[in-house]
Amino acid sequence: MKRPNQLFRNFSAKIAAIPMIVTALFVFVGGTAWTVVYSFTKSGLLPRLKWVGLDQYERLWTTKRWIVSIQNLAIYGISMLVLVFVIGFILATLIDQKVRFENVIRTVILYPFALSFVVTGLVWQWILNPEFGIQSIIRDLGWTNFAFDPLYNPKIAIFGVLIAGLWQGSGLVMVLMLAGLRGIDQEIWKAARVDGIPAWKTYLFIVIPMMRPVFITTLVLVVSGIVKLYDLIVAQTGGGPGIATEVPAKYVYDMMFGASNLGQGFAASTMMLVTVALIVIPWAMLEFGGKKHG
Amino acid sequence: MNYAVEIKDLDLHFGNVKVLQQLNLDIHKGEFLVLLGSSGCGKSTLLNCIAGLLEVTDGQIFIGGKNVTWAEPSERGIGMVFQSYALYPQMTVEGNLSFGLRNAGMPRPEISERVKRAAGILQIEPLLKRKPAALSGGQRQRVAIGRALVRDVDVFLFDEPLSNLDAKLRAELRVEIKRLHDQLDNTMIYVTHDQIEAMTLADRIAIMKEGKIMQLASPNEIYNRPRNLYVADFIGSPSMNFLEGEIKAGKFHLEGIVIPLDGYEFVEGSRREGKAIIGLRPEHLVTGDNLASAAVRTKVDVELVEPMGSDTLIYTKLAGRPIHVRMDGQAQVSPGDKVEIGFQPERASLFDPVTEDRL
Amino acid sequence: MADALESKTTSLRDGPRGPKPRRTFSRRNILLYGTLFVIAVYYAIPLYVMIVTSLKGMPEVRLGNIFSPPLEITFAPWVKAWSEACTGLTCRGLSIGFWNSVRITIPSVIISTIIASVNGYGLANWRFKGANVFFTILIFGSFIPYQVLLYPVVILLREIGLYGDLAGLVIVHTIFGMPILTLLFRNYFSSLPEELFKAARVDGAGFWGIFLRVMLPMSIPIFAVAIILQVTGIWNDFLFGVVYTGPESYPMTVALNNIVNSTQGVVEYNVNMAATIITGLVPLTIYFVSGKLFVRGIAAGAVKG
Ligand SMILES: Nc1ncnc2c1ncn2[C@@H]1O[C@H](COP(=O)(O)OP(=O)(O)OP(=O)(O)O)[C@@H](O)[C@H]1O
Ligand SMILES: [Mg+2]
Repeated sequence: MKRPNQLFRNFSAKIAAIPMIVTALFVFVGGTAWTVVYSFTKSGLLPRLKWVGLDQYERLWTTKRWIVSIQNLAIYGISMLVLVFVIGFILATLIDQKVRFENVIRTVILYPFALSFVVTGLVWQWILNPEFGIQSIIRDLGWTNFAFDPLYNPKIAIFGVLIAGLWQGSGLVMVLMLAGLRGIDQEIWKAARVDGIPAWKTYLFIVIPMMRPVFITTLVLVVSGIVKLYDLIVAQTGGGPGIATEVPAKYVYDMMFGASNLGQGFAASTMMLVTVALIVIPWAMLEFGGKKHG
Repeated sequence: MNYAVEIKDLDLHFGNVKVLQQLNLDIHKGEFLVLLGSSGCGKSTLLNCIAGLLEVTDGQIFIGGKNVTWAEPSERGIGMVFQSYALYPQMTVEGNLSFGLRNAGMPRPEISERVKRAAGILQIEPLLKRKPAALSGGQRQRVAIGRALVRDVDVFLFDEPLSNLDAKLRAELRVEIKRLHDQLDNTMIYVTHDQIEAMTLADRIAIMKEGKIMQLASPNEIYNRPRNLYVADFIGSPSMNFLEGEIKAGKFHLEGIVIPLDGYEFVEGSRREGKAIIGLRPEHLVTGDNLASAAVRTKVDVELVEPMGSDTLIYTKLAGRPIHVRMDGQAQVSPGDKVEIGFQPERASLFDPVTEDRL
Repeated sequence: MADALESKTTSLRDGPRGPKPRRTFSRRNILLYGTLFVIAVYYAIPLYVMIVTSLKGMPEVRLGNIFSPPLEITFAPWVKAWSEACTGLTCRGLSIGFWNSVRITIPSVIISTIIASVNGYGLANWRFKGANVFFTILIFGSFIPYQVLLYPVVILLREIGLYGDLAGLVIVHTIFGMPILTLLFRNYFSSLPEELFKAARVDGAGFWGIFLRVMLPMSIPIFAVAIILQVTGIWNDFLFGVVYTGPESYPMTVALNNIVNSTQGVVEYNVNMAATIITGLVPLTIYFVSGKLFVRGIAAGAVKG
């Protein structure tokens, strides 16, 4: 008997995998390669293969708006990262104290995560509105000189966005951390109590080091979320006042679809890709490097 | 009073679930006490109450004569070893052993002294710089024991410390724990559901069922004179054969077989007539040459034979009821054979069919 | 040694007994619950402000502060937001965006879930040579910033004639939802006992037979998780909506942003908040109704392959 052709083994499985293969190869690999290649061209309204070398990148790094975008992303990203972890972890430990109404509290903290960035941005735009929001309320209480108008003050505008971002995203970190805490063997806690270690020390020296995998996964999730920051800005500040809250993702969009300057958009998005790669690749090597794939 | 641990009228409820009820238990200084029972009977719960890891619902706990009912686990003078080892994974073995002591503010020289001594006793000196992930199961459990050892306490609590190990290692560490006990003179309370562990290690065994202690006695006593049907059935593998009959005029009547009870030691005040259950261990039913010592004999039909190497188990019927008989491993029997079996009445156990207590 | 049981009738001695007495209002509890209360209030305030503002008339909004409850409840802002609010040129409210979102979300969720479940099943049970390579690419693909792929996908859609069309957006959502959903399904199917699959194969069932008759009936919960994840994700999407559809077919989020951020003349904050809350209503309802499954969905995003 002839052995069936290799191609026809698991034939149905291969047919079924076509959408995945097309997506992986054409969209993810092909699309990325395409964008990178065209970032070296002089594409304007339409993509054209007219090489200009690194011109687009030179222009990018001499554009004030791009520099501000990068700075904003760095400020937002670092603050977000630090605060979302601190807040998320503290919330998780508080809830982990066998509190009553745990479900209610968790539901309240997590609901913002179900809302879109557009909704988030608009609500906080309203709350931070200096005429009606927090500033006016505190002034009405007697502190007439009180000033808190992040969305109108270019110096602190990005922190106005940060408040909204934290409100929306910290619930997710809390949930992940809580799952991590609950995943710790209860006997570890018992052993620490028998050893007479106070709870805060147990968290700090035993539990947190044990949660390393959860922290890393959360880190990767949060970082890739930060890099994508776009909707929130568009809804809450539109990049303003002036260019005070511009971010790279918005720069890319505006260049591609607003300014008909595709080349700039491609170069800027390639820079974003590089940023993510710098974080994801070391993580992937750490995570999967030693071990074989399952 | 020379008790290491005293438990008085202990109640423990989880909401509506009453896990322990009115439990009393006194443990002698230097005793090796094993808590034995089926899964979910409350062994771990009791141990956690002693350790102070669970708050009792009612009752008192004394350790070393001191009322520790409200004391923190670390103040009770206990050390505890867990089934999952519960080692701190990010610390070295040395770190694991010393973390509690350092935290209590003990001077460094004394810490290293104690760590060295514990490591010596448990033969884990070469492992001190390693992390738990780089240890085998047996080594990890040794470190866990070491962590209890450095605390220099009088009472050790073990919660199924060997059940995550394979059979060979388990046997090895069992011997080691026994040696440790002989060497240290500590009181040890040891939870297990492994009968062999219980029989080999214990000075006394407490058999638990549904949060109550069914019998507290030496292994020997528990094996030979089980206090009730539950204990009789629980201890021994394969378990005891139970046959219902009647006591008439000081003799047990089992469908035509008459068993004289002259040699049987009745529990005080329980000698009576009427329906009763007789319990016969498969290994107390003898055949062949051993029949000479048996006061009661009868012939039975072999239905099934299970050779197990060291001995052979046969399935048969006695007085119409299925029973097991344990024979020598070399015995030549096959289904359909007739064999003569016999036993000594004084090795049997009698139970009241209603109260299920020993007669 | 004798039985120590009967002899134990005398028992309790002086000193502590039973649970350690504890005040309900210990300092620790006050601190703990106080902190949690403040936090819960902080998280809840925006929702409260949204609701309150949307129920006030404009004069009241201008006078009062944003936290004060409405003196006179009016639903006019909701009506206006739904059917009359202006987006630049037209004044037809959010309703159009709402129906667009419905028309985008339903087919996107169905198609992406079907494709991803088949992918996951194939990866878990029918590993053919190279399958894992594509899967790895897919997972890494989920980290690529969307901005990198925006334009190539524009070209792709233009080539097949679906650029600016709802159908195009459905394809986009299917593509970008694929990594996480495939991962979700693959992990789930891998956790099912392999014997099940082998037994069905021995019985002669093929790829589709096993999927439809053995796997599907066992995976209702994971489908629920996937659907919840996708409905919220797609409903909340803004970027793809802006890029791949035209003004006529903008999804609700885009319509909302246009209403709020491009109003000319007087800003009607109450209408804006009504529009905002209407847009958030669908994912919020899903969240409050599905509870645990939602949490499972987002936790699944964190599960590694
Ligand atoms: N936190 C809890 N809440 C409610 N019930 C509990 C809790 N912990 C234990 N139980 C119940 O208490 C009973 C005793 O549990 P325990 O852990 O003491 O059993 P065990 O004898 O140690 O069993 P095993 O041999 O399986 O370890 C069980 O029925 C268990 O279901
Ligand atoms: Mg237990």
